[in-house]
Amino acid sequence: MAQEITLGQLRNWLILYADRVIAKEEELTRLDAAIGDADHGVNMRRGMEKVRERLQDPNNPCPDISALFRTVAMTLISAVGGAAGPLYGTFFLRAATSPNDGTHVDLAQLARMLRFGLDGLKQRGKAHIDDKTMVDAIQPAVEAMEAALASGQSLAVALAVAQQAARLGMEHTIDIRANKGRASYLGDRSIGHQDPGATSAYWLFETAAIVLGSPASPSNTG
Amino acid sequence: MIGLVFVSHSRLIAEGVCRLAQQMSGDDVQMAPAGGMAEDETLLGTDAMYIMAAIESVWSDDGVLILVDMGSAVMNAEIALEFLPGEKRNRCTISNAPLVEGAIVAAVHAGLGDTLHDVNVAAEAVLNARKIVRAK
Ligand SMILES: Nc1ncnc2c1ncn2[C@@H]1O[C@H](COP(=O)(O)OP(=O)(O)OP(=O)(O)O)[C@@H](O)[C@H]1O
Ligand SMILES: [Mg+2]
Repeated sequence: MAQEITLGQLRNWLILYADRVIAKEEELTRLDAAIGDADHGVNMRRGMEKVRERLQDPNNPCPDISALFRTVAMTLISAVGGAAGPLYGTFFLRAATSPNDGTHVDLAQLARMLRFGLDGLKQRGKAHIDDKTMVDAIQPAVEAMEAALASGQSLAVALAVAQQAARLGMEHTIDIRANKGRASYLGDRSIGHQDPGATSAYWLFETAAIVLGSPASPSNTG
Repeated sequence: MIGLVFVSHSRLIAEGVCRLAQQMSGDDVQMAPAGGMAEDETLLGTDAMYIMAAIESVWSDDGVLILVDMGSAVMNAEIALEFLPGEKRNRCTISNAPLVEGAIVAAVHAGLGDTLHDVNVAAEAVLNARKIVRAK
């Protein structure tokens, strides 16, 4: 019987992600100041503060996984003014449309959700791998998870390899030139800087490995 | 007569463009700015819900042309269209025209009663206009 992730764990994952983004706002600001307009930290902090508030509202619980992801999506779309709003918003909106059993997912379903999200995000931003965007962290992570699934690995291993792939993808953005977003205005001078969106996207997989990889009492601290 | 929506990261830019465009067409053409975030006018950025509300505010069955600056303005205009009911979505076009010059040309052609398609073609044609002709 395949290991499963519960609705509660997915919620805890997104809350831990919000904690991470809020705590590291300045790191995103610094990265975006170097090759963009210095607002990725503020954008993500504002959005994830609202997400956290909404997910922790005891009077308004999300009844199922699709509702959870849709709530996150709509909150980000309405609260985040930069590219990260429509991009992460579309990621979660599309993930919400992927088949799931309502209150739990197995690895195959999780991988499929993330694949749906990635495809939606790429359609929205028209970015490909090596354009120096958040796609460079998310796509290798989703592919690594799919490969782990195909070779029969456990959930914890799949999440660990996805995190590792996201980290390598994030670090690889240092070496490449931006072709999408504001950093592309810098041309070759964007080389040598890590992409802010790839960094915030890496934390999504880092926190997923922490919360979703351990079935026992999901951690709520970093 | 079609409606026009101007999307910019900056509220001041969107409102300024709207004023420039109104100067060309008077009150005949319905147009609305959607600049910055609806919730907080000091924030630079674009807001899909605000864009959607602006489209509704200038709605005409002849359609609405949406002029945008860059980045999230384009993506949020797309999301705004996806949230509209299908019959309205099909009567909206996001233009490739540059925001300022495109708005002026669009206001003129909208005021002449041109179709959505023709107004957009005229607005996008300004991409070919040269401001300075340099000797080779
Ligand atoms: N077209 C795109 N496709 C995928 N990712 C993108 C795209 N454009 C920007 N990004 C990602 O978004 C990150 C920047 O997010 P941020 O919230 O700072 O938006 P922004 O670039 O300032 O948006 P805008 O230019 O619309 O104001 C980049 O580091 C990159 O990872
Ligand atoms: Mg930015």
